[in-house]
Amino acid sequence: MLGLRAAKHQPFGGLLMRNAFLLAFLVLLSASAWAQTSGNQLFDSHCARCHGIGGTGGEGPSLTRLVLRHAGDDEALSSVIVNGIPNSDMPGNWMLGTNDVKAVAKYVRSLGRAEEEPVPGDADKGRRLYEGKGACNICHIVAGEGGVIGPDLSNIGIVRGLAHLREALVTPGANVALNYVVVTARTKDGEELKGHRVNEDSFTVQLRDESGRYHSLDKLELASFEKKIGESLMPSYEGELTPEELDDLVSYLSSMRGEP
Amino acid sequence: MRHFVLVIAWSLCASLAPGLALGQVTYERILNADKEPGNWLTYSGNYSSHRYSPLDAITRDNVAALRPVWVFQTGGGGSLETSPIVVDGIMYITQPPGTVIALDGRTGRTLWSWSRPMPEKLLTLGFPRTNRGVAILGETLYYGTLDSHVVALDASSGAVRWEKEIADNALGYSITAAPLAVKDKIIVGISGGEAGVRGFLDAYDAATGERLWRLWTVPGEGEPGNETWGGDSWKTGGATTWLTGSYDPDTNLLYWGTGNPAPDWNGDSRPGDNLYSCSLIAVDLDTGALEWHFQFTPHDVHDWDANQIPILVDANLGGETRKMVAMANRNAFFYLIDRTSGEFLLANPYSKQTWAKEIDETGRPVVLPDTEPTEEGNFLWPSLQGATNWFSPSYSPRTKMLYVAVREMSSYYFKAESEYEPGTSFLGGGERALQGDDAAGAIRALDILTGEVKWEFRQHSPPWAGVLSTAGDLVFAGTEEGNFFALDAESGEPLWHFQTGDDVRSNPIAFEIDGKQHIAVASGQVLFVFGL
Repeated sequence: MLGLRAAKHQPFGGLLMRNAFLLAFLVLLSASAWAQTSGNQLFDSHCARCHGIGGTGGEGPSLTRLVLRHAGDDEALSSVIVNGIPNSDMPGNWMLGTNDVKAVAKYVRSLGRAEEEPVPGDADKGRRLYEGKGACNICHIVAGEGGVIGPDLSNIGIVRGLAHLREALVTPGANVALNYVVVTARTKDGEELKGHRVNEDSFTVQLRDESGRYHSLDKLELASFEKKIGESLMPSYEGELTPEELDDLVSYLSSMRGEP
Repeated sequence: MRHFVLVIAWSLCASLAPGLALGQVTYERILNADKEPGNWLTYSGNYSSHRYSPLDAITRDNVAALRPVWVFQTGGGGSLETSPIVVDGIMYITQPPGTVIALDGRTGRTLWSWSRPMPEKLLTLGFPRTNRGVAILGETLYYGTLDSHVVALDASSGAVRWEKEIADNALGYSITAAPLAVKDKIIVGISGGEAGVRGFLDAYDAATGERLWRLWTVPGEGEPGNETWGGDSWKTGGATTWLTGSYDPDTNLLYWGTGNPAPDWNGDSRPGDNLYSCSLIAVDLDTGALEWHFQFTPHDVHDWDANQIPILVDANLGGETRKMVAMANRNAFFYLIDRTSGEFLLANPYSKQTWAKEIDETGRPVVLPDTEPTEEGNFLWPSLQGATNWFSPSYSPRTKMLYVAVREMSSYYFKAESEYEPGTSFLGGGERALQGDDAAGAIRALDILTGEVKWEFRQHSPPWAGVLSTAGDLVFAGTEEGNFFALDAESGEPLWHFQTGDDVRSNPIAFEIDGKQHIAVASGQVLFVFGL
């Protein structure tokens, strides 16, 4: 709790004169309470947007596990908090002071000892849905098998939390990675293109259409170019699958934790 | 025509006697830098900091044929933010963390390289290990190091003439800016605002390295302005001078921007305006005395340093010819100030901002309620990095426009407790900026007399690259996605672009080799030189 941290140099002055013993006791108490609460609060402010309140996962992975892939020990965990993870969506948090980082790291470690959120549904049924009624494998690859229009899902259970997985099935356009943003382009010849924006700069865009073909386009040469923020090439499964089937599929996706 | 003859004369010198010491870079030469546009003699091109090249061989009609002439790969040390100096065919650049390199401007081949090893415990709190360039005066280069030394190097060999520690890096003091050489003095700004240092601006004797004066940018006890700090907070007040300023020989004043008060995002411990943080200061070159100041953001709590390049312009305003200084400030407002008196003339926003209702008639912002950082995070435009930042704008006297690389980005601002401990970050909070498609960038052309946006060229993301304008009526700029490009200075129409393969995070310059105009810019760890 940030207020208690201020207590280290502000409101105890009068107490010091009256009762040094009480002061020592209070400082010890506040220091230990601070580490616990402050880590929680800092986590909620800085980390929960991706990792979820309580670290249950979201756009970022769940942290309610004892072993964290990029943070084998406390030093590595602090480094990840401060510097982020290169070539990933995990940003650095340079603004956190040394004590803040320690507090967040301690809180993250405490999450690993919490019970992991129970997974709804039946993963085996989910696997059958994945390959059958859902036909997810047409577009997604898992452990080397499947289509490649959508992202590789081999590790999706590690990098995404349950809530995010469910949202991705029901509202696929809600959280689209930057290199899967749907764009439409019309060339001056009248050719209409639609696909994922694989890359973009101020002058060019690299588009991959639904057949997997790449198109290298000069923006200045296009008649129109539009980002479809909130859209996805993936269909929504809301109404296509029953709520129980969605639970089963989320359960199966959450179980995908193999290295590619 | 006389101007043309001069250009030929310099290039003849360069080509006829390439190995000779070709005349010193005197103060008079820098003062008249616009008359020898084949060279780039000081950080911003001239003392008025226009970053404008009078070279006009590359034009709107032929720029489409611009191509790389040579590239120089540093092969390590991090991203280059260096702005090259070019004198008589030789280019001087800096490479992080502590290297100065002299290159053959015709081929890019190395002439010499000098490095200062950085200490293991080097502190660079709140900024990357970077350097933005050298100054030249006489036959000597002047270079500020990350561990707070000023080094004078012989320009022809890289040999050290003198070296001086100017501040304690263990407290967070560091130098990233190019010094400014004026008359017989080397003016040096300092970094360290995120470590709670007390900022200053220094002048050194170019010949000996002796310190001639120091102006503390946070006034000490008993000095005017000290009352704008609560308690002892002035001792750790920041207000650093971490970019290169400007100089007017008529007023004999230096114009220099100052940075944020410390700690950055929690102002509770420093009640008051916190002078002279987030200000423009006008400093007597001879004595270091503060002639006047103008504070853009009193009691800043968003890290909106005012270190942006002060642009000196003389123009008719309201029927009167005035000597003015313009600044596109990090706080999203464009300002025009009388540079003889410091009188505020006008301010207008040039980028989206949600923190001030307006700037009042005295130049003070009317701050909107609930815009301070909070523990939960407070959402505001612009982001911590500001509507613009360290990268230079450019002023073209031909179009009367100021070209600014603008960051259209917002942040959640967080407040936290902060206790000063020497040599550690002194921040009091932080930010989480909206990225990706929620942020964008632009080159905006501002009317120098009003700040009105005349045109803009949208960029895919907020830039970290400066702008160069030329007498060919071109504006050169770069992007985070590696584009280096040229726009029509009058309309903003894109005319040429080149993919450099890495972030462009530097300021372009123009120079001549063999009578031909070239454009130089650094991208990633590579310096590119383009020509027709």
